[in-house]
Amino acid sequence: MLRTLLAGAAAGTLIVPSLASAAADPEIAELKKAMAEMRRDYEARIGALEKRLAQAERKSTPARATASPAKTTPGGASSTATAAVVAAPVVAPSSPAVAESVAAPTRASSATAGASAFNPAISLVLEGTAAAYSRDPEHWHLPGFWLGGHGGRPPEGLSVGHTELTVSANVDDWFYGQATLAVHDDEEGTELELEEAFIDTLSLPAGLGLRLGRFFPQVGYLNTHHPHTWDFVDAPLPNQAFLGGQWYEDGARLSWVAPTDLYVELGVEALRGGNYPVEGDTDGFLGGAQNAYAKLGGAVGTEHEWQAGLSYLWAEPTDRTSAHGQGQGDAGHSDESFVFSGDSPLLAADLVWKWAPDGNPTERNAVFQAEYFRRQEDGQLRFTNDAGGALLPYEGTQQGFYVQGVYQFVPRWRAGLRYDRVWSDNSLRVAVNESGEDDAALLDESGLLDDGHDPHRWSAMIDYSHSEYSRLRLQFTRDYTLPEADNQVFLQYVMSLGAHGAHRF
Amino acid sequence: MTRFLIAIALALTASFAHATLKVFACEPEWDALARELGGDQVEVYAATTAQQDPHRVQARPSLIAQLRQADLLVCTGADLEAGWLPVLLRQARNPAVQPGQPGHFLAADQVTLLEVPTSIDRAEGDVHPQGNPHIQVDPRRIAAVAAALGRRLAEIDSAGAAVYAARTDGFLKRWQDATTQWERRAASLRGKRFVVQHAQWVYLFDWLDVQTAGAIEPKPGLPPAAGHLAALRQQLAARRADGIVRSPLSDPKAAEWLATETGLPVIELPQTVGATADAGSLFALFDAILGRLSGGRR
Repeated sequence: MLRTLLAGAAAGTLIVPSLASAAADPEIAELKKAMAEMRRDYEARIGALEKRLAQAERKSTPARATASPAKTTPGGASSTATAAVVAAPVVAPSSPAVAESVAAPTRASSATAGASAFNPAISLVLEGTAAAYSRDPEHWHLPGFWLGGHGGRPPEGLSVGHTELTVSANVDDWFYGQATLAVHDDEEGTELELEEAFIDTLSLPAGLGLRLGRFFPQVGYLNTHHPHTWDFVDAPLPNQAFLGGQWYEDGARLSWVAPTDLYVELGVEALRGGNYPVEGDTDGFLGGAQNAYAKLGGAVGTEHEWQAGLSYLWAEPTDRTSAHGQGQGDAGHSDESFVFSGDSPLLAADLVWKWAPDGNPTERNAVFQAEYFRRQEDGQLRFTNDAGGALLPYEGTQQGFYVQGVYQFVPRWRAGLRYDRVWSDNSLRVAVNESGEDDAALLDESGLLDDGHDPHRWSAMIDYSHSEYSRLRLQFTRDYTLPEADNQVFLQYVMSLGAHGAHRF
Repeated sequence: MTRFLIAIALALTASFAHATLKVFACEPEWDALARELGGDQVEVYAATTAQQDPHRVQARPSLIAQLRQADLLVCTGADLEAGWLPVLLRQARNPAVQPGQPGHFLAADQVTLLEVPTSIDRAEGDVHPQGNPHIQVDPRRIAAVAAALGRRLAEIDSAGAAVYAARTDGFLKRWQDATTQWERRAASLRGKRFVVQHAQWVYLFDWLDVQTAGAIEPKPGLPPAAGHLAALRQQLAARRADGIVRSPLSDPKAAEWLATETGLPVIELPQTVGATADAGSLFALFDAILGRLSGGRR
């Protein structure tokens, strides 16, 4: 299925240029028209300049500050302008006299910008956090789950979080390109990551689109949005457990938007699968993981807008590790490790509902957002240590969700509440044990037993945005990831510099 | 039976010949203009209402679905829609309306812009590098956009070119007559001074030769601050103005405070078609603006 779709897309791109060359004759006509239009434009421009000169000569003192070419006063505008007749256009109605004084001669403004006009849009996101925990974050883990990728909590104390540099531009009329560099610190030091580096097609026919490169796979809602647009300081527990916080991958995405009033987007992704949660066989032509998704959305009246998504990820991890040893309970020895191999398909569903009075979010608005994940794993764990190792056949069903609501009650002030929860039903046993440790200790160290406790949290936040580009946030979280409650307080700033970031839904 | 088939075939070809052109208009004024020039030949979808701020719109799913099907996009440009249009264009997968295509029409490209900044710094607020984008409150600029849009409609839908040309001609004639009348009516406004809430009346004031006496927003897009308002009050005490102009979209509190402090009237002006009850069409928009500005209504 995937293969045929990709082949079809490739064939489609090959056909397009041959279609373009067939349109040679209309092109000549268009060229002629363009030249005629240019001539007209120049005549109008010279006319405007002459008028301006005459006006400048009349006025001994420059009275007005606003630079308005060929300024005409009320009352006089139409009468003086009617006199200067513009050459009659070829196709269309005669140029109106009223408009003549203000019509743009040519795109002069963009012409003056010169070579720098072609520079890509650059935006930088600065983010910093102050965090306080009532319990020691060293002992924090997620019972029943391994944490991969960037799962885990923000560091305690003062820290600069995610500094993000995004560069984007249209490559030409066929392609758009974007790259995001992220800098952040972890235990090993400062890390520079290429989070995104992709191209999008702009001109494929029939609503098709192809994305190639490194991108955030379409799994759930939050995963495809940059962290600086998130409404809470940290990722919800299910996103940490199933996607390692946020998951990017190399690959290709083919998607289609239906020509209907209801927004329908269907897509398939072939992913390299080198990162958590896959870490599979990356040598395959279609990668180590494949994902299929559907998105629906629409408006209900002028005040409500919704979007729902569903995705299914086929993944076959080979020796998938647990990041930084965090997930393995008390097994802190660096020469001991667990790895997982087997099937790990992931189902994700999301719903976002936004409301604003009259559809104008400036004063007040509300956003409801929820995601649900379900992962069914079947395979085995391999344990290695100095003495040898062990094999543990393992089957598990892991689920999680979060729901959150954010309400802007007065301009610039928002308040939000979030509840997130993950739970697991894992069964594993020790089949082969040459590690020298007893079976019960191995099961305990695997980190996949939930000890009869489902991790969950309550988070409340309030934030203030002085402008569209700056945001200050206070968050309080009561964390029941472990049976004993942990009270957490965060202060965060998120600032955007440079090009105006566009708002995705 | 054959007659029935022929009838169906005729009906089908007829429906193809008169297939309506789908227009995606970013703002209500271009929605109104496209309807004026296209008549029955166009089907216009307005992406925003007059109750929404075109600066702050999201690339919503319903907008993506509409733009996917559009033959022509009509927007203001000059970065007014910078916060959402680029994303919308990429997500809609419609090659016909991409920048550079005939199906991509920006009104601001058709007219000269005012307030083109010499330096660009976000500390100056929400500045637009290409110039002030709120061009729709100047009838001369509306006319320039109408002429260009009429040509563009004819270019895209050549089968209906004659109709577009006739409708555009007709509209421009009526528009010119109306403009002459508006200008006659507005002669008494010349030289008056008004305080504005947001820098969105530049083109209206330029047309009417009216002065700006100050702005309630300290910087474009930033909320009014107490210190700035106090300074503005002093400024107005030293040199009187004729009123405070705001659009129904803006928060009335600051303008009302300034009004009670200075005794100036607050004049609510519709910033686009449909913003107030008496601004139901492009013609009614300017009737309403001039009526309210001349002190007919507060």
